[in-house]
Amino acid sequence: MQALDNVTVLDLTHHIAGPYTTKLLADFGANVIKIERPEGDIARRLGPFKDDVPHIERSGLFFFLNLNKRSVVIDLGTPEGRDAVLALAAKADLVIESFRPGTMERLGLGWETIHAANPRASMVSISNYGATGPYRDYRTTELVLYGFAGEMYSMGLTDREPTKMAGTAALFESGASAAAATMGALWGSKQNGEGQWVDIALTETHFGGVDRRHATSIAYQFSGRKALRTADAANAMPGGIYPCADGYVDFTAAALYAERIDDMLRSPDWNQDPKFRDPIKRFDPAIVEEWNSHFLLWCLERTKREIWAEARRAKVMCGPLFSMKDLFEDDHFRGRGFWAKTTHAELGEVEFPGRPLIFGEGGWALRRPAPLLGEHTREVLEEAGLDPSLIERVEAHGRVPA
Amino acid sequence: MKKPLEGVRIIDLCVVWAGPFATMQMADLGAEVIKPENPFVFQPMTRGRVARPSQAMLDAGNSWAGGMPGGVPGEKPWNYNPTFVSLYRNKRSFTVDIRRPEGMEVLRKLVAVSDVVYENNATGTMESLGITYDWLREANPRIIFVRVPAYGSTGPYYNARALGVHLEAVMGHSLLRGYDDTDPSTNTAIYSGDYLAGAQGAFAVMSALWLRERTGRGQLIEIGQAENAAAMFTQAVMDYSLNGRIQEAIGNRDVHGRFPCGVYPALSPGTAATMEDRWVTIHVETDAQWHALVRVMGSPEWATDARFDTNEGRQAHAREIDRNLAAYTVEHDDYELMHRLQAAGIACAPILEASRIFDDPQLRERGFPRVQTVEGAGPRTYAGPMWNMTGTPVEFRQPPVTFGEHNDYVYREVLGLPEDEIEALRAGGHIATEYDASVP
Repeated sequence: MQALDNVTVLDLTHHIAGPYTTKLLADFGANVIKIERPEGDIARRLGPFKDDVPHIERSGLFFFLNLNKRSVVIDLGTPEGRDAVLALAAKADLVIESFRPGTMERLGLGWETIHAANPRASMVSISNYGATGPYRDYRTTELVLYGFAGEMYSMGLTDREPTKMAGTAALFESGASAAAATMGALWGSKQNGEGQWVDIALTETHFGGVDRRHATSIAYQFSGRKALRTADAANAMPGGIYPCADGYVDFTAAALYAERIDDMLRSPDWNQDPKFRDPIKRFDPAIVEEWNSHFLLWCLERTKREIWAEARRAKVMCGPLFSMKDLFEDDHFRGRGFWAKTTHAELGEVEFPGRPLIFGEGGWALRRPAPLLGEHTREVLEEAGLDPSLIERVEAHGRVPA
Repeated sequence: MKKPLEGVRIIDLCVVWAGPFATMQMADLGAEVIKPENPFVFQPMTRGRVARPSQAMLDAGNSWAGGMPGGVPGEKPWNYNPTFVSLYRNKRSFTVDIRRPEGMEVLRKLVAVSDVVYENNATGTMESLGITYDWLREANPRIIFVRVPAYGSTGPYYNARALGVHLEAVMGHSLLRGYDDTDPSTNTAIYSGDYLAGAQGAFAVMSALWLRERTGRGQLIEIGQAENAAAMFTQAVMDYSLNGRIQEAIGNRDVHGRFPCGVYPALSPGTAATMEDRWVTIHVETDAQWHALVRVMGSPEWATDARFDTNEGRQAHAREIDRNLAAYTVEHDDYELMHRLQAAGIACAPILEASRIFDDPQLRERGFPRVQTVEGAGPRTYAGPMWNMTGTPVEFRQPPVTFGEHNDYVYREVLGLPEDEIEALRAGGHIATEYDASVP
């Protein structure tokens, strides 16, 4: 038994945020029916690709985002396609879509239609800026989203441009937040016997979420203070990222516990200077700089793993900067069974991050690898009891002209 | 309509960000979230770094930690730390010293009438207080207990202390972000792992409640926060898995290589030193969008170069394009650039410094900013709910909660303790609205 194995999701999302929402649902047992256009989800065309060979079945991004789902190809622009989707919606608990605002209505699949076909189902719409307002039709991407709605302004060096998070972290965050909202909608249906429409704007999930942005916007109103764009390096005793013998270590916020730092350093003479313990002088930039000249040498004489071991012993907050190689080879994560493996028709044996979290019962399970494009079209439409001739026509429309 | 989580009671034993963010989402969805707080123990980086920060500490800290009302510590600094108030709307707070037996008895009674206990303390903290899954289950077999240890409860790193920024370093984020031509010490701390774990924590609780409807049983959930964060770097993780490639920082470029993608200067009223520098993001995803951008700029000679017609060509001459594009953008207002480029179908937006965000027309039009009044901080504008739920709208029914604000409610209405017991607890210092004078 899995927690959500009695939940059916009609998944009309694509790219990253929406598919991550439905991946979480699928990971915990939901029956996620992924509707793809004949050309397939755009994520199939985004890397990394196995052996760097672009192909709709070789994307590692698509693979991860669509584990545990089934793929059904439907051309939504055809009457048969619309009929098939409505038939699936009638049996779903949730409909999740990430088209541009207005697209579902144009396809004859707007909220009113879905609600009439299935009053208990909720529909979650994920869009860039939301379904209303002057920017309704504006585009966004990871970079544009984070710059507008996140704390990007204050990240980086004062005399240079702001810098973003890595990869598409903000889109994954929003996808996770939409999964929480989706569960809220599911519970809402249960409480009230009636579904609802949830209008999610990536801009709002980001700004409203736990990014420093919310706190900086409050701090400005409270105090008039703004957040200067500045690197955190050596700004406390210690603070920020330091080089070491074989890389870097992060000691952000570790200065709060001076006695633990001294223990980590094994109480060297230089750290016993009273001025380093003075509650006021500890915030004097010149004193901080002097302390850091000692600390930097301590770091440079040790590897990142040696430093982290000392920090763990002394309960000091610290993180070594790992590369993907470091991470994949690390015994801790391997020993905990974090990495999962499966076999995929095009990718062969693939290793990937498994459970996002651990349930005592009913939790994450790998039921199937990411689907091939349209792999389950017939299976799903037959399950839904569609007329065989309708299924044939849907399949015919779903074939991409050579 | 009833709120989705109406009738669900959650005990928030959370600290810092990842836990409180999860419980805030569930509070927004209608759950009753109750935070037990201890008048004798301050949890660093939750209601601030320390209970009574010095002016020097506030001034040396970041705005988001030190930007208190009027820029001074004030009478009750723990009630209006900017980071704290961003995460504690719609919750209730009561005080109890759970280090003492009578305090633990209060907690046990609360557990007995609750559905969820959520904690994200350093490993060992709950055990040292005697709060284990077995103890909770004995008080309430239907309880769902969520724990968020940084690296999980087993393995060599189980006891490592970490904020989001540290565990993200381990998961690769710090080497993958920042400028492509400097060392990583130019990174500014970030806590995206707290967002992801908080959102998934809320998802997990609602899923476990869903399962409990069928089984009648509660359960223990472990969110190893580092493992949880891995998804955010899928492109890098899968590139290593599939190809053995170790990705590195690429600045503001597109992880999928579509170009131009970057940050460009806009017309600015001042400099970065006074935080009046302005920038826009521009991300061109297709050749057609590139040609549209060229037209927006008035088709200058440099941009019509045939070498730039394809993405490969643009990538090969990235610096040349960036330089010319910056020379164009720096002449224009950031919002004007956004509207002009977006009208041509190109993703572009200002990089907003925090003081400007609530003036944005889109957010205002959608009613996103919400006014709340925190005692001692006056009425202020806050970020709104993350989702527009049209049937069960997210309401801000309780402003960011002050210390011990709901003592009466919890002791009298939730627990129904007799007056003499309440008086005894009050005499013992359990019931307070301030930290004890012994707490620094």
